[in-house]
Amino acid sequence: MKASLLIPSALLLICAASGCSSAKLTRVQPWERATLADYTMRPDRDPLHTAMSEHIFFSREASSGGRGVGGSGCGCN
Amino acid sequence: MSYLNKTLSACLLAFVANASVASAEIKVGAPFPELQNSSLEGTLPSREGRVVLVDFWATWCSPCKASFPFYNALQTELAPRGFTLIAVSVDKKAAPYEDFVKRFTPTFTTLRDADQKLVAAVQPPAMPTCYLLDRHGVLRLVHSGFHGDADGKKLRDEIIKILDEKP
Repeated sequence: MKASLLIPSALLLICAASGCSSAKLTRVQPWERATLADYTMRPDRDPLHTAMSEHIFFSREASSGGRGVGGSGCGCN
Repeated sequence: MSYLNKTLSACLLAFVANASVASAEIKVGAPFPELQNSSLEGTLPSREGRVVLVDFWATWCSPCKASFPFYNALQTELAPRGFTLIAVSVDKKAAPYEDFVKRFTPTFTTLRDADQKLVAAVQPPAMPTCYLLDRHGVLRLVHSGFHGDADGKKLRDEIIKILDEKP
């Protein structure tokens, strides 16, 4: 391999390896999770929306036993 | 050594060095950062010759708040024997912290690490995490999480064991 290609390749490898090994780049620390713990981040914060989503899910997925219901996939439950 | 070998060795060294920097949480036996140099909001109590429990908590952390009644009882029971509990909040916003402290009125000292300098130096693995320091300031126990009475009993037993040691 030519030296002119080797140096950029090595630099690229160092950058990639640094990204993989540095926990600070990839992980939100436990004390930094205030926003993630906020009520507005909960997917089930709206009970009506949750009920509608659940109904659509188990109606469509009944043939494969969605939510534990053994159905035929008729969408009638 | 060829040029290729040298370059690959340098890459490997950089990777290893970076990986070793990533994990720096404080372990038992290691020195605990000085609290008075950590720009904490609030008044630090005297820790001279006392067994100290430093607890990291936040108002957005439910297990942290669940531990407060236990800590209140612990402080009331063991303070006369030389125990001091310091609860360090990592809340960046002052309002929720002040509201909670006002509503709960803890019997122990609560401080706020507004800049998160101390917590970043200590790097607790979870919230809440508490650090038990003996009368000489040596870190003796790191306890993560709070799961009710079982955790409380374990913590209380460890504190009493250290309080029973000769000064």
